[in-house]
Amino acid sequence: MTLAVQTYGPEARARRGFFTDTSVCIGCKACEVACKEWNHVPDDNQGFSGHSYDNSVDLGADRWRHVAFVEQPKEQLGPIPSAPGNGLSTYQDGDSLRWLMASDVCKHCTHAGCLDACPTGALFRTEYDTVVVQSDICNGCGYCVPACPFGVIDKRESDGKAWKCTLCYDRLKDDKEPACAQACPTNSIQYGELGDLRERAEKRLAQLQGAGAEKAQLYLADDEDGVGGAGAFFLLLDDPEVYGLPPDPIDPTYDVGTTWGATAAAALALGAGVVAAALLGGRGR
Amino acid sequence: MTTSYYGQPVIKEPTWTPEIPFYLFSGGLAGASAPLAYLAERRGNDVLARRAWAVAFAGVSVSPALLISDLGVPSRFLNMLRLFKVTSPMSVGSWILAASGGAMTLAAADALLGLFPGLGAVAKPVSAALGLPLSTYTGALLAQTSVPVWHEARRELPFVFGASAAASAGAAATVLSPVRAAGPARRLAIGGAVAQMAGLFAMEKRLGDLGEPYELPPAKTFKRAAQVLTLAGTATIAAGAGRSRAAAVAGGAALLGGVLAERWSVFKAGFQSARDPKYTVAPQRERIASGRSRGASRKVPA
Repeated sequence: MTLAVQTYGPEARARRGFFTDTSVCIGCKACEVACKEWNHVPDDNQGFSGHSYDNSVDLGADRWRHVAFVEQPKEQLGPIPSAPGNGLSTYQDGDSLRWLMASDVCKHCTHAGCLDACPTGALFRTEYDTVVVQSDICNGCGYCVPACPFGVIDKRESDGKAWKCTLCYDRLKDDKEPACAQACPTNSIQYGELGDLRERAEKRLAQLQGAGAEKAQLYLADDEDGVGGAGAFFLLLDDPEVYGLPPDPIDPTYDVGTTWGATAAAALALGAGVVAAALLGGRGR
Repeated sequence: MTTSYYGQPVIKEPTWTPEIPFYLFSGGLAGASAPLAYLAERRGNDVLARRAWAVAFAGVSVSPALLISDLGVPSRFLNMLRLFKVTSPMSVGSWILAASGGAMTLAAADALLGLFPGLGAVAKPVSAALGLPLSTYTGALLAQTSVPVWHEARRELPFVFGASAAASAGAAATVLSPVRAAGPARRLAIGGAVAQMAGLFAMEKRLGDLGEPYELPPAKTFKRAAQVLTLAGTATIAAGAGRSRAAAVAGGAALLGGVLAERWSVFKAGFQSARDPKYTVAPQRERIASGRSRGASRKVPA
């Protein structure tokens, strides 16, 4: 298992990340608030979305943690696992609903589309193998925005630059855990060395599957997926798209060879076309 | 019917402003005008060459202005040249555009004003060569994103853009040149337009259901305009531009409009394709169902 991207040589630190165990998320949004406070993230939507308890709606330049609220009526569900003591009380009889809550965040991909796309070098990989934007370099070209297969990074209107989660790079430098993880009251957000987190996640998945949560799944916990594994990975109780996550995300850079090949071939074809147009008619015509 | 989170998009729409489709047009116009100008000059057709150099210079001058105005922090435009990065078509393209800008300016200064003839002699073939990737890299620029309708067309987009660059360069030179000298321009316009239509057909075939945004407004409106203007312009150039200057101007202008509308339709289709989560989720689910997924989710403990 190659956890490290290994661009730092001797300065490299063990890869850090988040394991977000959504089965114990209670939707308190302390992570959203702590993140805003610590990182001075500007306020945003103050309105009412109508999507359950979710009024921040998605990740973006001004939302680096976002708690999703999914309401699933009983008739949509199969057998509901609720063995006591396993932390799986997602179904509430009174409401006839199953509640799924999940705190989403930047995935800090091993193969990060945003970083690959960034033409200025503003996006870089830290010694902890996290992906961070340097706001003193970003010129707001916006190319990282559609490059991200998860729709995480976005351009902030007020200053024109791209912003996203830094995994609290400043706190990591001081050996402190990121603000969201520290604020999380249920340990749904766990921070640590990626190897440790993956071990913990495997145990939790086995426990939940054993308790009958058939759709419980680890998301982005392996190195072979389309982003080469992620620094922030998740335990979900339903399919990724239920939470607004892509089920098979791929860093567009995997195809860059094909794209450049087609671009070069098209350039040559254009050259041949201009030569033909210039020569076919005879001199000066 | 794909599952989604309250119909919210999975990926972000591009933040690009209307400057970008105009740049796709102006960059291609400059890129294909330079080799046309160079070859016309080599063949002794100075009347056509001077006009094509002027178009190349105009296109390559407007382009950086459009791009810089799209930046969130325009004063930092030089940060585009902090590094050279092959994984980023935006980075590669910035270098191509910067080099093209210098070369085409010198080439035009020589061809139009007789300035720096020594440098011009070098700059002209360099401009002609750089014009080719300048015309096609914009296809890579759009393709190397997570926007489904762009990324899945990565094999076709550079051809479509190269062909429409040829059509626009030919059309512009047809408009500006006397009929007698404009033969190569007319042939480039017609050939480029035909190739563009073929490229778009191939792209539609490749995209299949994923190409639906091209059939929805606003992309559809631009696409229809592009089809009508391209056909009318091409037919007018083919039928009358060899005899009548009026037909050359009318046909060339229509074809230029057609190419511009085509750029806009591709641009707009990308936004629609990013906005609706089904275009992101459905193909990924299909990959999973057919065993071609890279496997982001796992229900079995390791």
